[in-house]
Amino acid sequence: MGRMISILVVALAVVFGVNWFLDSFIDTYVVRVVNLCGISIILAVSLNVINGLCGQFSLGHAGFMAIGAYVSAYFTTTLRYFDEAQAKYVSVEPLLGGQWGFVPALIAGGLAAAVAGAVVGIPTLRLKGDYLAIATLGFGEIVTIMITNFEKIGGANGLPGLPAYSSTFWIYAFVVVVVMFSWYLQRSTFGRALIAIRENELAAEVMGIPASRMKVMAFIYGAFFAGIAGGLLGHLLQTISPATFNFMKSIEVVVMLVLGGLGSMTGAIVGAIVLTALPEALRDVESGIGLPGVRMVVYSLVLILLMIFRPQGVFGQKELSLKLLGRLIPGRRAKDSGGEE
Amino acid sequence: MLPLLETEATHVSAQLILQQVANGIAKGSVYALIAVGYTMVYGVLQLINFAHGEVYMLGAYFSYYPAKWFGYVPESGEKPKVPLYIIGALFVGSMAACAAIGMLIERLAYRPLRNSSRLAALITAIGVSLFLQNAGQMVFGADPKGFPVFMDQHSVSLGPIELANTKLVIIVVAAVMMTGLHLFVQKTKPGAAMRACSFDMRTARLMGVNVDRTVAMTFALGSAMAAVGGVLVAMDQPRLTPLMGLLMGLKAFIAAVLGGIGSIPGAALGGLLLGVAESVVGTWSTTYAEAVAFIVLILVLLVKPSGLLGKSGREKV
Amino acid sequence: MSTLLATENLTIRFGGLTAVDGFCLKLHEGELFGLIGPNGAGKTTVFNMLTGVYLPSDGTVHCDGCLVNGMNPVQVARLGVSRTFQNIRLFDELSVLENAMTGAHQHSRINLFDSLFRTPRHYREEKRQRDIAYRLLEFMGLEDRAGLAAKQLPYGHRRKLEIARALATEPKLICLDEPAAGMNTGEKAELSALIRKIRDELKITVLLIEHDMKLVMGICERIQVLDYGKTIALGTPKEIQNDPKVIEAYLGGE
Repeated sequence: MGRMISILVVALAVVFGVNWFLDSFIDTYVVRVVNLCGISIILAVSLNVINGLCGQFSLGHAGFMAIGAYVSAYFTTTLRYFDEAQAKYVSVEPLLGGQWGFVPALIAGGLAAAVAGAVVGIPTLRLKGDYLAIATLGFGEIVTIMITNFEKIGGANGLPGLPAYSSTFWIYAFVVVVVMFSWYLQRSTFGRALIAIRENELAAEVMGIPASRMKVMAFIYGAFFAGIAGGLLGHLLQTISPATFNFMKSIEVVVMLVLGGLGSMTGAIVGAIVLTALPEALRDVESGIGLPGVRMVVYSLVLILLMIFRPQGVFGQKELSLKLLGRLIPGRRAKDSGGEE
Repeated sequence: MLPLLETEATHVSAQLILQQVANGIAKGSVYALIAVGYTMVYGVLQLINFAHGEVYMLGAYFSYYPAKWFGYVPESGEKPKVPLYIIGALFVGSMAACAAIGMLIERLAYRPLRNSSRLAALITAIGVSLFLQNAGQMVFGADPKGFPVFMDQHSVSLGPIELANTKLVIIVVAAVMMTGLHLFVQKTKPGAAMRACSFDMRTARLMGVNVDRTVAMTFALGSAMAAVGGVLVAMDQPRLTPLMGLLMGLKAFIAAVLGGIGSIPGAALGGLLLGVAESVVGTWSTTYAEAVAFIVLILVLLVKPSGLLGKSGREKV
Repeated sequence: MSTLLATENLTIRFGGLTAVDGFCLKLHEGELFGLIGPNGAGKTTVFNMLTGVYLPSDGTVHCDGCLVNGMNPVQVARLGVSRTFQNIRLFDELSVLENAMTGAHQHSRINLFDSLFRTPRHYREEKRQRDIAYRLLEFMGLEDRAGLAAKQLPYGHRRKLEIARALATEPKLICLDEPAAGMNTGEKAELSALIRKIRDELKITVLLIEHDMKLVMGICERIQVLDYGKTIALGTPKEIQNDPKVIEAYLGGE
């Protein structure tokens, strides 16, 4: 635990420094892309716990994001809506206004998404593979439809006026937290249990691993951080609408995972960065050659070709750095799997 | 006691419901046409062909361009007079083009993955779907296109309800196509090969069924049916966009799950039920009507994943 | 000698087919018991009912005084019944050591918080699991393969790893489903010795399904013979070898 706290302190100090550097010297457009990459990392790493480690193919991540975004916005944003009883527009001041309310609001969003994760996780336990995928997709769509029908939070038009609290510091602080927790999770008895369920559910159960409980746990964990990411995205974009969280968003996150290699956290991070930064880079190319829309075509073609020629993703299920280290230092491999003491 | 309760208001609402049921049948007929493609492909390959909704979209566009080329652009006030054989040719042309596209998708994207994980195939299908949507936006343009008016639109009275003639055409054409497909699968030799493949592909291969050709045929048939749906919808509600297949495809898939995946009568039943349910809920709230399909989906998966007319399987240990 | 596991009239039907019919078994504590029979006799189905994978249509299973039918596999594992699979079911992407460690998961007393925040309890638990796993890998002769991925192991070692993983659940009873299948003569001899050691040194009762008659006859104290879902004989290896019904079942079955 002491080790964990020191890693956390050092990492947050680094993030603080990077935040200062970016704000002072770097173009705001680049900073924005960096921030979006951070949010993608949180999404991909958290989905990796559900889809990659536990092997439960979920297409509902955008639904969890939406819940996190709207719940956190509810706590930080002044709501304006037409009240039919009073027949006039009313404003409701936020419960947690001001900078200091931001993190509690984000966590509230994460918790609400986690509750939704349990609500989705428990009834869909019986479903496997593509049936689970389509059921979680249905859940995501239901969430956005419900938001559309909720006029107090803007309905279909969206909710404007979220305060711009999502700084590079806060985004990457949560990146540090999710990466650290997910790494620790993966390298623990719970991580091994999740992988065991993915590899052979029956054998895992016969070994006494409660597969149902572990799956719900994976859903809750993944949903919590998806909710945080949704809150961060909302306070970065400053306007959110149901369309921000449609199921294309879920598919985007899945593609990040698949590109990096389902089950590899470092793969998820690389996939998140590449698929967030690359379309931005292609945007310039696109306007240069005068073919709008070509980047999405390229994007989908890459996905198809990847599945045909390298379905395990770029990194497979391997982790980027440690395996390489393990190969460089002979004799480390046997100890490698045991954890870090 | 009951007659006392029967006031004017309830009478009107009962009629309204009936009207919505009729509209729902028309809507559901289109779902059914698309759902058979999902159900047949899933039956044979255990693959959710996510790109199937896009085939439906292409079906609509494939009839739009020739229709425009023929010169039948809507003009205000003028009653369109289009010979029936032209309309027929549009249908056949679109069906043929979509059948070719369906076989092409199968050959290029799915066949190389036939022996890899189902997840890889599912992701590929999502990729193909994205590709067709985005390529469609590049080629056709993202702006909605209005389909030429081919039929003089008027409503037909059927007892207490009124139905647009285009909706009536949808119902009749869909019923004929579905019956034809059902007979084809049940009564002909290629149909028997399809059934054999969906029962057990390895055994079918050993029994001398040409599996590759049968799978290609499955895609061709399913895609042709989706094309019919596309043209019908284009004529009824002339608003074509490259993304029109997305939600339609999802809902048709849900219809297939509801009816029992792998079953053609199931797809028809699921489509009709879903269309009617959506229409009826739409009487009160159009946005909640959009949620009906997904709620139905989750309920079916939880209560009876094998669907209304499907068979359930058992995992071997 | 007390009874560890008892089944009473155990029956299961799949559709119209009765796969196991009125199966009775009495397993004493510390026994090495063989269950044999021609292919398709229903032996694996019996294992599936004993370990909560299948719910019997009729009859009861009692283990250590508890009623097993109606329990799920996780509860049965907690009760102290572990097993291996005829078609090996290892966790291929995990290392050999980690495979064995998963067996020890069910006895861990830590929660997710401990692992996420790396509390001392987490490290103690990791050490406990690793110690158990290493001890059992050593027991099965796999300790020098600990760092390999399970999928990299050769066939015979995969079977042994499955046994090590099952032993890591610290069971009272281990059910081995054709552990010698696909092994050569040398490996089979080694396996016989290991199975005996499981019972003698680890004091675990062994229920064995095996097709290799030499192995079964060599190590089992009692043997029960199944044919078409019904018990046709029960006795010592010598009695079984001379039983005319058993001879007929095997010769007629070939």
